[in-house]
Amino acid sequence: MEFLQLLISGLANGCVYGLIALGFVLIYKATEAVNFAQGDFMMLGAFITIGLTNAEYMALPFWMALPVSIGIMAVLGYLLDRFVIRRMFGESQTAVVILTIALGFVIRFVAGLIWGHEPQTLENPLAGKDISVGGVVLGMEDVAVIIVTLLLTWSLYEFFNRTKLGLAMQGASQNQLAAYYMGIPVKRVQGLIWALAGAVAGIAGILFAAKGAVDPNTGLLGIKAFAAAVIGGFGSLPGALAGGLIVGVIEPFAARYIAAGYSQVAPYALLLAVLVFRPHGLFSQVRVKKV
Amino acid sequence: MRIVFKTDYMQDIRPWKDGYQLSLYLILLAFMIAAPYLVDDFYLGEITNVLVWAIAGLGLMVLTGHTGQASLGHAAFLALGCYANIILLEAGMPFMVAFPLAGLITGAVGVLIAIPALRMHGIYLAIATMAMSILTDDIIVLTEPWTGGVVGKFAPPVNVFGVMIDRWGTPKEFYWLILGVTVLITLGYINLLRAPLGRSFIAVRDSEVSAQAMGIDVARTKAISFGISCAITGLGGALMGLYATTFNNETFSVVISIQLLMMIVIGGLGSIHGAFFGAIVIGFLPQFLSISKEYVGAVFGGGTVAIPGLEFGVFGLILIVFILFEPMGIYGRWLKIRTWFELFPFYRKNMFKRKKSYLKTERVR
Repeated sequence: MEFLQLLISGLANGCVYGLIALGFVLIYKATEAVNFAQGDFMMLGAFITIGLTNAEYMALPFWMALPVSIGIMAVLGYLLDRFVIRRMFGESQTAVVILTIALGFVIRFVAGLIWGHEPQTLENPLAGKDISVGGVVLGMEDVAVIIVTLLLTWSLYEFFNRTKLGLAMQGASQNQLAAYYMGIPVKRVQGLIWALAGAVAGIAGILFAAKGAVDPNTGLLGIKAFAAAVIGGFGSLPGALAGGLIVGVIEPFAARYIAAGYSQVAPYALLLAVLVFRPHGLFSQVRVKKV
Repeated sequence: MRIVFKTDYMQDIRPWKDGYQLSLYLILLAFMIAAPYLVDDFYLGEITNVLVWAIAGLGLMVLTGHTGQASLGHAAFLALGCYANIILLEAGMPFMVAFPLAGLITGAVGVLIAIPALRMHGIYLAIATMAMSILTDDIIVLTEPWTGGVVGKFAPPVNVFGVMIDRWGTPKEFYWLILGVTVLITLGYINLLRAPLGRSFIAVRDSEVSAQAMGIDVARTKAISFGISCAITGLGGALMGLYATTFNNETFSVVISIQLLMMIVIGGLGSIHGAFFGAIVIGFLPQFLSISKEYVGAVFGGGTVAIPGLEFGVFGLILIVFILFEPMGIYGRWLKIRTWFELFPFYRKNMFKRKKSYLKTERVR
């Protein structure tokens, strides 16, 4: 029983990591850049939702606030690309990485200025309810997190592999110049993907804030999501989710069965081990070009 | 307008361009040596801090600026150098032995880490080194018998040629010690860049394929670069420990790693000057902020309000502005200003314009 309980809570946590990792992978898949501020995006999404719904702020109805805050995050993502990231078009990956790290600092600072540094939770209709299935008690939030994550991963996967726009996004990342020749509006496609990543971060933020408290430093959770994305193999959507679940499940089990002090090392040790033995992750996306 | 006439092939690899440039640096050095008599102890401490950061920045510059491998984990090597130095000192070794040995140990560990790390590149290397930096905190706690864990360690006064040097007791001597180390490392760095090894670093940075075509062993070059980088960073860490006097597992957090990388980006990647410019920004930003906050407070009121995270917020903004508008950092801007004066009135607007480039994926090769 205890095993199952640990597993479920691990899976729910892992889904949040997976959602942040999805944001990384989306941007990486379509622009070849890595957004180190994705965790801070999630934090921002959480705070925007809290600002819209919680009684001490705007006190909008919960179900109305959800689409509004996801929409705001998407617009923010688009504006960020339009005014900052697009200037870096064609520059090396490392330059974008450093830029997004700096952005993360700024977002954390701004969120601290607006919402303060006290941990806050999102008032939501699911809070405190739970269902019990065969003796295992599940929090409604956990169930919601798992369902939403699975749905989102599946639909993004289909989007990338089935739709014209998804394929255009993949093409734009593989070779920008060739994509231009094929008539893909590369810059506009990149703007769309940043908006999409903003929306995903917004969803992740809402789910995270529903599960627990948020403060401006919550964004540092993004580091664990990195571990998830790398373990899954950057560039694979199901891989990101799988990596997130692995990291999420390892944490409670390590905390339970390994001596204190060693347990929090587990996700990073796993990350390093994966990188050493499979430098491109478990679901590797690296292919050798056939001439 | 000043023109350097070259009359000898040796002139191309001489560390200085002409006598004029050499004399400028000698004047700078004279000012630096005389600094303890020119400023008070507080600002002397700040300058010492800048020099220590500059040494650490030089270490990272070898790897990131000249070999093109981004590392987000150099705080781990700062920590290693710092602890190695103190542990050797506590074992009774004289400082003059323990200090270089700490650098060597860090360099050796760096090479060991480089061997698996070389299989990764770009973003994977950055993430792996970042994970390493996060683990450092836990490792220091786990190896408590040697490192003192969360309680931390205390840096004793060190003996240099019979003079007892201590951060608080003898700030002047401490400053000269750091200045001496900085000058030695900088000279070594300049020499490295004129030697075949340093040239091969730059070749690997600019294009691994063409470096290979020219007969450079890319893996070996990267490993050596990692080693040298870590050794210098380790020395910087040892001095940082002496400067901080007390340190524990949280002193060298992953934030320091990120700060170090951002510092050299602001200063200017790929130049020795950049490490120093960046260190000046890092060292004086807190002072500058507190002074400007007082000033703003005096005009608008409320100057004593503490704004948490202000320093990082401003730092992030500065970095964004630099990456967008001056990717070569402060040194790049300085080069442009200098060229404007040197070529006056022939400077053209697009002289430093970047070539338009398009990115290709690393996933298909």
